[in-house]
Amino acid sequence: MYFSALNLTGGYGGVDIIHSCSFEVNKGEIVSILGPNGAGKSTAMKAMLGMLKKSTGEVQINGNDISKLSTQNRVKLGISFVPQTKNVFTEMTVEENLEMGGFLRDQTYIQTIEEIYELFPILYEKRNQLVGELSGGQRQQVAIGRALMIKPSVLMLDEPTAGVSPIVMDELFEHIIKIKEKNVAILMVEQNARQALNVSDRGYVLVMGENKYSGSGTDLLNDKEVRRSFLGG
Amino acid sequence: MDFLNAIVLLANYIFIPALNYGSQLALGAIGVTLIYSVLRFANFAYGDLMAFGTMVVILVTWKLQSVGIHLGPLPTALIALPIGVMAAILISLLLDKTIFEYYRIKKSPPVTLIVVSLGVMFVLNGIVRIIIGTADRKFFDGQKFIMKANEFKEITGLSEGLALKSTQLLSLVVTIICAVLLFWFLGKTKTGKSMRAYSDNEDLALLSGIDPNRIVMITWVIAATLATIAGTLYGLDKSFKPFTYFNNLLPIFAAAIVGGIGNPLGAFFGGFVVAFAEIGITYAYKKFFIYVLPQGLEPTSLMQLLSIDYKFAVSFSILIIVLIFRPNGIFKGKII
Repeated sequence: MYFSALNLTGGYGGVDIIHSCSFEVNKGEIVSILGPNGAGKSTAMKAMLGMLKKSTGEVQINGNDISKLSTQNRVKLGISFVPQTKNVFTEMTVEENLEMGGFLRDQTYIQTIEEIYELFPILYEKRNQLVGELSGGQRQQVAIGRALMIKPSVLMLDEPTAGVSPIVMDELFEHIIKIKEKNVAILMVEQNARQALNVSDRGYVLVMGENKYSGSGTDLLNDKEVRRSFLGG
Repeated sequence: MDFLNAIVLLANYIFIPALNYGSQLALGAIGVTLIYSVLRFANFAYGDLMAFGTMVVILVTWKLQSVGIHLGPLPTALIALPIGVMAAILISLLLDKTIFEYYRIKKSPPVTLIVVSLGVMFVLNGIVRIIIGTADRKFFDGQKFIMKANEFKEITGLSEGLALKSTQLLSLVVTIICAVLLFWFLGKTKTGKSMRAYSDNEDLALLSGIDPNRIVMITWVIAATLATIAGTLYGLDKSFKPFTYFNNLLPIFAAAIVGGIGNPLGAFFGGFVVAFAEIGITYAYKKFFIYVLPQGLEPTSLMQLLSIDYKFAVSFSILIIVLIFRPNGIFKGKII
């Protein structure tokens, strides 16, 4: 597996929120982390990024242990993260947001901006507009675009479709599939379980901070227990 | 003719002085607003940082004058200015390293940092007073007037004079140059944009690989530079007295808040808003009304809204009115 997290345990300083969770994702694969509210989905993602106050367990990229690295240094290794909220620079233009995403890159980042405009044509139209003035779905595209600027090998998305309409949700998932086709390993936390499993290769279901179920998207969709608990029958 | 005299009168006593004073406030307000937007606290030590930088400029100016170095019609202080700027940058970085950084790493709430900056303010103030004393210092040399009131009267034949001091023009020109450079830096350069990004969304800036230590350092460098320039311009125009610089903190904060704190462009215009309000409200309009009103209706009182002694009340009122009715300022800024 290209990117894996083994036996992650940790929290924000008090009691542990996740207990011995493991996740794996390969390049060109979409893996979803699902589960009810408060299951520790976002916390698990933050643990993989080294954003928790305390956490144990191992995080590996391409076989190398990165558990000791700071968040910033993990970003430099090509792990990009789109937080659930506050994931854009609202007082800057679309183009400036993308430029900031490519802050660590040399001049070739201009090429990458063009590629992102191809992926998200609406962003090209709005490139000189302040991101704070865009709609929720457009902002989400900016947020994903910013994360793609470092040409990541692993892209982590924390609820990319939170608070957008079903039509926009489908659109965003289509974009995410297109990104996967560029050989990126995609790990996402999702509330919209059914739709997420539809586009995912594999999924993990977290309950009370523990890995409860895992399997391929279709397996999970067809699993009776998972259906009853999380997909509403 | 009377009408023209009235215009010249206002230009001479309100418009030119307010542009001059406003440009000095604008530079200070931009410094305060930058510190607020990047370091996320209101720095009360800013007035005394201005005094510190200006003090170094004065000491170097005296040294230069004593060895006979002059700048012709321009004030010698301009040669000393870069040294003052360097000194202010060094002390800012030193204070940040030894004091502010500790609270930043601890993620202390802004109110703690404000109190810390009050402490820094007293210490800086003390240092300045020990080194240069509390007296009024004048360090201006060179050509004082670009146009004297009498010359204007002779040329135009009006009974009102219009004087333009070289320091007034200098303040305005230097401020415009600084503002243009700063807005170009913030809007066009990669470093400037990353500073805005950091101020906009700190966590996302970190996720994008922007180095926070570098941003903090650049912010202090810019803020200290602006403080020294503003302080020197103010001192050249009026005089240098440590206590006055401490007092100027109020109009500077008012300017930053009027413009929307965290918004440098707002702070720039805020400086002029406060200056025009302060001078416009404390000016005695008696002579103006004598010119414009028909004979027999002349006012007998001074026609002054507020005595000049209360000029700080103007800044204070502006501050409170803005905070009550438009807490994020005329231009869009952050809500304190």
